[in-house]
Amino acid sequence: MTQPLIQYEDVHKSFDDVEVLKGINLEVDPGEKISLIGPSGSGKTTIIRMLMTLEKPTSGLIKVDGTPLWHKEVNGKLVEADEKHLRKVRGDIGMVFQHFNLFPHMTILKNCTSAPINVQGVDKKVAEERAVEMLEKVGLGNKLDAYPAQLSGGQQQRVAIARSVVMRPKVMLFDEVTSALDPETVGEVLEVIRDIAKEGEMAMILVTHEMEFARDIADRIVFLESGKIAEEGKPLDILENPNSERLKTFLQRFRSNF
Amino acid sequence: MRWDWSTVIEVFPLIFDAMWTTLGLTIACFSTAMIVGAIWTALKRIKFKPFNWFISFVLEFIRSTPPLVQLYFLFFAWPMIPYIGVTLDPFTVAVMGLGVHFSTYISEIYRSGIEGVPKGQLEAATALNFSTRQKWTKIILPQAIPPIIPMLGNYLIIMFKEIPLTIVVGVAGMLTVAEVYGVNNFEYLEPYTIVAFFFLAMSYPSSLLIQWLEKKMNRRFVNKPDKKGKGVTAT
Ligand SMILES: Nc1ncnc2c1ncn2[C@@H]1O[C@H](COP(=O)(O)OP(=O)(O)OP(=O)(O)O)[C@@H](O)[C@H]1O
Ligand SMILES: [Mg+2]
Repeated sequence: MTQPLIQYEDVHKSFDDVEVLKGINLEVDPGEKISLIGPSGSGKTTIIRMLMTLEKPTSGLIKVDGTPLWHKEVNGKLVEADEKHLRKVRGDIGMVFQHFNLFPHMTILKNCTSAPINVQGVDKKVAEERAVEMLEKVGLGNKLDAYPAQLSGGQQQRVAIARSVVMRPKVMLFDEVTSALDPETVGEVLEVIRDIAKEGEMAMILVTHEMEFARDIADRIVFLESGKIAEEGKPLDILENPNSERLKTFLQRFRSNF
Repeated sequence: MRWDWSTVIEVFPLIFDAMWTTLGLTIACFSTAMIVGAIWTALKRIKFKPFNWFISFVLEFIRSTPPLVQLYFLFFAWPMIPYIGVTLDPFTVAVMGLGVHFSTYISEIYRSGIEGVPKGQLEAATALNFSTRQKWTKIILPQAIPPIIPMLGNYLIIMFKEIPLTIVVGVAGMLTVAEVYGVNNFEYLEPYTIVAFFFLAMSYPSSLLIQWLEKKMNRRFVNKPDKKGKGVTAT
């Protein structure tokens, strides 16, 4: 049995005494695609931000490939991790943001080569070849020298995806990556994510409100409700035969989508 | 009192020579202000509250005291203080006084530049696993510096115009030379007019340059696509 790539063990998170995650237990296998759905404020973003080390859990353990992310072992005891440890573990994780967050002072190509070169020590030529290949794959091979501000939202988000993929993470996190886009460009971004998902080797956790997309792409759907995982299972089971009333009500709002 | 061209011919070279002192002093003061300003900004980023309050107090104190008083203090009062008092030459006093006074404003400019970089930029840098150092050199500073260059330029001009204050400690700048000439020859109109002319001749083109820079910086990277969805490839 392979060990899970990601493990959340009884993870809690509070913001100023308000508990927003109340004991999350979740495992993600290598290559597994997970859609995280749930009402606004249920804690979806917080779950993946903790894995990206952008938010620190209040208690509990998050493991990547069996290694605790926010803790490190010293003399058999778990102590708070330092930046060095975080950097080591974080290398396996990539994230695409709702608002792209491309670096505005770098060209599209440089956006996609800066981290491989400076962080991973990849040879400049190799990094550029990989970046060009990836940018061509997302349909932006002709924009290498453009700056982010010269691209549409959909194009920027495709660059952001390419920028993350060239780092070859073991798991990629997507936080509502189409919700800031014009409706007409949503499709092109989802298409790119579908293509990457098809290649298979990378695990993905996708926070999304696109139910049809969630169903198509995911091996498993996780329904989050007020800081707890309320239901999880195969996409069809979750979407067609929801158990809880809450999930039923939640899904009703998206009926028109599929 | 009448305008006398022969006086102009006599005093112009003297003031022209003193201009180099004024310019040199401006550059020395401004460099000091930029360096000390950076130190303030770094110190203010230390999150330990009492320390933060202390630095804020010091900055507020320096900013709220007239530079003229600071110059007087450094030159005349400080040497009298037992143990820590030292006598400094006029140029050093001028550089310390004006440099430190302006460093408090420069520090605010740096802070605004750094805070102007959106939080999402740092999060993306973290997601790409940049080191703390790389975040500063590759992500934050390249975005923080261009927009503040025009503001720094403005302060350079403001500071340039404050340089005559150093007359009180006896730095031989343009105003000092004009004053000395005036006292000795009972001719004030021409020397002071020439000094004013020099300040105008340098400040005005500089401010035009800064306006131009400002436009250029505003256009940099933030130009919106001409047509929706149709980017322009930069060459
Ligand atoms: N930095 C923060 N400080 C304080 N409260 C926060 C912070 N981030 C999130 N929260 C709160 O935590 C809860 C969960 O937020 P989160 O963003 O994870 O929800 P979400 O499921 O992603 O919602 P949405 O669908 O609206 O994006 C919310 O009540 C939110 O207000
Ligand atoms: Mg969210």
